[in-house]
Amino acid sequence: MKKELRSPVSQRPHTAEDANGKSGIGSEVGIELNGEKIKVALGKSILDICRENKIHIPTLCYHEDLCIAGNCRLCLVEIEGMKNLQTACSFPVTSPVKIKTFSDKVRKARKHIIDLLLSEHYGECYSCVRNNNCELQTLAREHGIDSYEFGHVCEPRFEIDNSSAAVIREMDKCILCRRCVRTCIDLQEVGVLEAINRGYETKISTFLDMPLADVICINCGQCINRCPTGALHANDPSDLIWKAIEDPRKHVVLQTAPSPRASIGEEFGLSPGHSMTGQLNTAARRIGFDKVFDTNFSADLTIMEEGTELLNRLKKAIVDKDENVKLPQFTSCSPGWVKFIEHFYPEKLDYLSTAKSPQQMFGAVLKTFYAEESGIDPADIVTVALMPCAAKKFECNRPEMNSSGFKDVDYGLTTREMAKMIREAGLVLPELPKSGFDDPFGEATGSGLIFGSTGGVMEAALRTVYELVTGRPVPFDGLNIDVCRGMKGIKEASVKLENCKEEFSFLEGVDLKFIVAHGTANAKVVMDMLKRGELNGYHFVEIMACPGGCIGGGGQPIPTSESIRKLRAKAIYEEEESLSVRKSHENPKIKYIYDKYFTDGPCGKLSHKLLHTGYIKRGKLIK
Amino acid sequence: MNNLFKKKDRKGPVLFSEYKPGSALLKAAGMSRDDILFEIKDSGLKGRGGAGFPTSVKWMLTASADSERKFIVCNADEGEPGTFKDRVLLTEYPELVLEGMIIAAYTIGAKEGIIYLRAEYSYIKEFLENKISELRKYNFLGKNIAGKDGFDFDIKIRLGSGSYVCGEETALIESLEGHRGEPRNKPPFPVNTGYLGCPTVVNNVETLASVPHIINKGGDWFHKFGTDKSTGSKLFSISGDCKYPGVYELPFGISIKDLLEISGAENTKAVQIGGASGLCFPESEFGRKLCFEEISTGGSVMIFDRSRDMLKVLKNFMEFFVEESCGQCTPCRIGNVRLLEGVKMIERNEYTFEYIEKLKELCGTMKIASKCGLGQSSPNPFISILENFKDEIFGKHLNHNYDEKGIKKSGISAASYS
Repeated sequence: MKKELRSPVSQRPHTAEDANGKSGIGSEVGIELNGEKIKVALGKSILDICRENKIHIPTLCYHEDLCIAGNCRLCLVEIEGMKNLQTACSFPVTSPVKIKTFSDKVRKARKHIIDLLLSEHYGECYSCVRNNNCELQTLAREHGIDSYEFGHVCEPRFEIDNSSAAVIREMDKCILCRRCVRTCIDLQEVGVLEAINRGYETKISTFLDMPLADVICINCGQCINRCPTGALHANDPSDLIWKAIEDPRKHVVLQTAPSPRASIGEEFGLSPGHSMTGQLNTAARRIGFDKVFDTNFSADLTIMEEGTELLNRLKKAIVDKDENVKLPQFTSCSPGWVKFIEHFYPEKLDYLSTAKSPQQMFGAVLKTFYAEESGIDPADIVTVALMPCAAKKFECNRPEMNSSGFKDVDYGLTTREMAKMIREAGLVLPELPKSGFDDPFGEATGSGLIFGSTGGVMEAALRTVYELVTGRPVPFDGLNIDVCRGMKGIKEASVKLENCKEEFSFLEGVDLKFIVAHGTANAKVVMDMLKRGELNGYHFVEIMACPGGCIGGGGQPIPTSESIRKLRAKAIYEEEESLSVRKSHENPKIKYIYDKYFTDGPCGKLSHKLLHTGYIKRGKLIK
Repeated sequence: MNNLFKKKDRKGPVLFSEYKPGSALLKAAGMSRDDILFEIKDSGLKGRGGAGFPTSVKWMLTASADSERKFIVCNADEGEPGTFKDRVLLTEYPELVLEGMIIAAYTIGAKEGIIYLRAEYSYIKEFLENKISELRKYNFLGKNIAGKDGFDFDIKIRLGSGSYVCGEETALIESLEGHRGEPRNKPPFPVNTGYLGCPTVVNNVETLASVPHIINKGGDWFHKFGTDKSTGSKLFSISGDCKYPGVYELPFGISIKDLLEISGAENTKAVQIGGASGLCFPESEFGRKLCFEEISTGGSVMIFDRSRDMLKVLKNFMEFFVEESCGQCTPCRIGNVRLLEGVKMIERNEYTFEYIEKLKELCGTMKIASKCGLGQSSPNPFISILENFKDEIFGKHLNHNYDEKGIKKSGISAASYS
């Protein structure tokens, strides 16, 4: 599963090589860092060395998740004997150099560079969505910038591109660090954003400079998470939500996904990895949401539908010998991934589960079953989904997502926007008392919770499918299917189905093979395997568009990095272990809704109408 | 054949001296690789593009790099304003360039060679391709070249797309790979990690053209020309206010004054050496010598007589850099814009000396902080023209809005103009 890197050689992560390109792993070299003699591993970058030695080097174009660019020039350091300053991020130490990280030359150069960036950076900090969380602002403060040394632009040069339901581009705030380009091309391998033109005219653009809505953007929002300034941000619906809350006729319902709960504390100064579920419920009620439901409920619903769909496919393939059945079945919860496959592999859409995502299922249930049970006109129900995701904004606006006769979900709200609403309401989230979810969808299982992390859907589905088929819980210690967990790009494993129940005897002895992938670059590897026929014999594939899964989603707090994503995942897994019910099919409310409403069971007629959807063959050629 | 490709009657000590096509190649094929390297080292040949990196070191590093696949790239992206010597070599002395490449390939162990030809020279492509076919016919290209077992090498031509920065070797390689022509981080250097990640020698046309003569007549012979640290001869592209513009081959160490005399320049006020990114010299410095130890140059000599407005000259250069910066790194992309703005402020008599000084300091940063040679050298004309011609420029552009201390009479600072 090795993949060729597209990125230019110079921009690939450096490896430990000596000057002759020979691997020097293990060898050390003695250097002098700000006068202090230390030993470092051969080939390590100056930036890494400085970080290990607790020396702060300012950076802008550098991002842990991305390959090296070396174009902002802020991390410059002085190396004795070299005429020019060198970028710490790209310079591997291969000889006993003497490095100064804050000499007169270095400080002057850095200040000049910040001055230059500010001279072209349109707008003022207090009218910017990234105020107080902007890397350029931080750098200006760190370097004591108190005036615009080289002037300041007073007129905007570019139009704001707000065509996309998910991502808004304000190129006047762009400082051309090209993190978004590297995110889109190298990390996600979507390739929507690229630098065009030359020199002063350089700008980040799309194919033919078209609006973002008209190109093959999958709305994953990973570019937003890596933008150091306010040039990229999500399409914020909070004003409309406030308006609905103010409107006494409207019944405004919030559903909260697990990932925002695991990360929203970061917006209030907490370190990553603190779950805020109870406090968030209180905050939402105080803001004025009429009901607060747990998306994990519909995640359980998704497992029932998707799991049943898988069993149906297996039955058709094995018992009916139907050759048109597509296996493996791919998950469809990640709207970024769905749009990705629609653009990049439209001929493979039949492999995708037809189950709607938990967000959309919940919306459909709220505007039908819930409306009926509580006697509220669905026209007056406003459904808001708190998601870690930018693509959910696009998903809820898909025209086909209205099988109840109403828009399933009215607004997709990101973690960052929710935090803003909480601040607007004058609430300090970590200080709020905890409270539970509202009935009738207040109960959810751990299976729904772990949807937030890569591998979670697979783990949840296996728990249910295995038990439905064999009548016994999955044969993993404490229900924890560790092979699904962790940040490896592509994970694969299998579970043997033995002593099956009578109705599933056709599965006796089948080795249920599955793959878990996160990030669309890894999705591409899996899809290309599918194209080459290498996935024959596999049954189920989970794909999440964002690195790390939903906890690393495009709507999550900024910054992001693998270590932050790991901490968020840890918070989710810890919370799930404390829950009493951890299998979707054991959720009493799930049983209730199938008894009362979807009476013909999962994948029945009504659930097909409300809980399943179809896809669009978009392809790569747009308009 | 088109008149352009006819050999003119040119005279010079090295490149324009007599040469029997194929002779150096046959001689080199009988030499060991080390012997060739020693010969090149003895000659003291340095890169003719302007940076002056020792050719033997470049070759040696690539020769010793551990790789199955290596490349020799001929940098024919002659884009420095006022430079046209490579065109003469390619059209009138193609055998020197091609044989130089083949000898280089033999020495470093490259099997593939590429000529990166600037887009504006596309009319030379067919001519060169014919020359390459001829060489193939004589088994000077292809398999077992010159009867030497295992010496396989061939050359292809790739056209640039009109970007100045692609003359920078790593940007050139990016362009060859099909990416935006933008310089890479160094290290790694192309001698280790070049085209397609393989060890690559990128040599200027003139550098390669010198090689056959060195092989034929020896490094010592080459070393006799020029100065101690700048051996051999240099092609100078002389243009501007003179009677006899053109390409001249002259030994290194020649003075500006001598160049002016040869080209028939009169009433000369200024000479820009090294193209737009070079330095501009006033009459008082015409005695200075052109060589790596004094005024390093790729060979461009632009002559301006007393009728020229030096601020306009500077503005022209800065406009060029604003347009030709690749746009990747901050100091170059924005720095050049600010410098051009400064020039325009002077033009409009809306400047303060304080701000001009600030811009000069910025020049210092650009020189040491930019990613590649473009941004590192683009402040050169700004500094040298404003310094060497300050009486003319600031005398003509008196600043009425500022007092003699450079303080603005109204409240707006000069920096807010754009």
